[in-house]
Amino acid sequence: MGGAGEEGLSSYDYRHYPYRRPAELDGPGERRPVVIVGAGLAGPTLALLLAARSVPSLVLDEDDTVSLGSRSICQAKHSLEIWDRFGIAQRMVDKGITWEQGEVYLRDQAIYRFNLQPEPGHKFPAFVNLQQYYVEEFLYDRCLAEPLIELRVRNKVVGVQQRNDGVTVEVETPDGNYSLEADWLVACDGVRSAVRHLLGLPYPGEVFHDQFLIADIRMKGDLPKERRFWFYPPFHPTNSVLLHRQADDVMRADFQLGRDADPEEEKKPENVNRRLRQMFGPDARWEHEWTSVYTFTCRMMERFMHGRTIFVGDAAHVVSPFGARGGNAAVADADNLAWKLALVLGGQAPVSLLDSYDSERRAASRENILNSTRSTDFITPKFPAARAFRDATLALAKDFPFARALINSGRLSVPTTQSGSPLDTPDADGDWAGGPAPGRAMVDAPLGRGWLIDRLGRDFTLLAFGGPIVAPAGVTAVDVGEETLALQRYDARPGTTYLIRPDRYVAARWRKFDQAAVATSVARAMGKEATCFGER
Amino acid sequence: MLRRTLNLERPDDVYNAVVDAHKGLDDEQCRAFDARLILLLVNHIGDEAVIREALKEAAA
Repeated sequence: MGGAGEEGLSSYDYRHYPYRRPAELDGPGERRPVVIVGAGLAGPTLALLLAARSVPSLVLDEDDTVSLGSRSICQAKHSLEIWDRFGIAQRMVDKGITWEQGEVYLRDQAIYRFNLQPEPGHKFPAFVNLQQYYVEEFLYDRCLAEPLIELRVRNKVVGVQQRNDGVTVEVETPDGNYSLEADWLVACDGVRSAVRHLLGLPYPGEVFHDQFLIADIRMKGDLPKERRFWFYPPFHPTNSVLLHRQADDVMRADFQLGRDADPEEEKKPENVNRRLRQMFGPDARWEHEWTSVYTFTCRMMERFMHGRTIFVGDAAHVVSPFGARGGNAAVADADNLAWKLALVLGGQAPVSLLDSYDSERRAASRENILNSTRSTDFITPKFPAARAFRDATLALAKDFPFARALINSGRLSVPTTQSGSPLDTPDADGDWAGGPAPGRAMVDAPLGRGWLIDRLGRDFTLLAFGGPIVAPAGVTAVDVGEETLALQRYDARPGTTYLIRPDRYVAARWRKFDQAAVATSVARAMGKEATCFGER
Repeated sequence: MLRRTLNLERPDDVYNAVVDAHKGLDDEQCRAFDARLILLLVNHIGDEAVIREALKEAAA
């Protein structure tokens, strides 16, 4: 919730969620297995994923409404697939703007068009643009309907004390302070994380000095659905501009201003309108929804796990907006963590399983930061030679397809690769020509009248492509049969078997089903030594 | 024939390696670096027709 420091003019109706006096103010409360700080994208997603595993959680947020103004807008396929597990993704698709194509312009010419999901046969599109306040609203609605989740607004964390077996949290409310005991504290409280500050943990990274102007405007007419990016457009000849369409006929124009612009001057309505007028022409009409000037940083904590406190989303890592890798990474963090935390709390896996959250998601963050930094460096070259190469790439792009592939206006969020994770079993058979290898996200495909993602179990799933299989206890078996697209996407032959983790990453795969090998890989993916299962 | 389509497995990695190699060089150093780089690659390519076609395209 909240976070942005500026008041918007948005036509969105900000709902205020009711504050209730916490029972702990009147006497000690029960110890909580999981306390989540922050109700942005990651916090409620984590709470819902935990609830689906029967783990109760308490979510604390310092204010009482959804995110103000402009924050994340591009909700990626993999986030939608996660939200679909508790039935709110379709609501987002219905409300948002589905897009899969992007167009890149140099001056007044289109030089490159890309399609992020050129092949049909997926339940969800590559992206749905939906303002973060809607996504949060849909998440809260779902949380409020979930008896295992308690959402406390205007509950601000002001103290954190770590112990070996838990955390004591000091909370400030309008009625006074109280303290809470938790087995695990999960900090989803954003880039300015109070929990991180309270624990005195550093947040190293790189500061970028280029300034950008965001103008969210409401327009009528035939608005483009695809992402548009201009280098040196006639309406902003010295820099770049990015345009996205959002729900409610809102367009997001994002103007690169350079290092030396005066943000107060640029934000003045007459100056914003002058830019927009040049961009949209003399006949366009619009109303302002939100205006701000931003700079950004790329940062990452050295570790995401500190004792019994776990950092998720922007609290742990933050990137530039090019590529939609902020909110979507936060949701992926939550998905990586939820099943592990549930298994540890249930005593089914050792505490050390959580170390893999740290290693896998730090690897993901490094990948996201690398991609986002490269996009940023391409869009805002840092030294003359970098600018010369950038401009040479753009100049060659019209005639040379290779140069189009080098244009980096944002490498858009896809599931990151966690190759080499100790939870995964590397391929033993060397004859894979495709399909998601261990450490990669599974891919959707049509299955019967529905979708493969709808058939997966809550826990582990075995995907079998023909041939009888025996799934270990607690593992869901799905017979994919001979669905053409699924066969292709998994490079499958009769006998091919994939083991899918609860977060829908591939843990292992085989050309031939082997019951003992499956059991070993499941144990490994749960952070247990193979010997635990060797006795079976 | 000069190849026009992408011939790199990891284009972003290679592009950034080339650009980053210029970091910290002044104009003269950049020119000297690029001259050495071009001569190395030209010799590696070897095919004079391809090199002449690239010269023409780069001048366009």
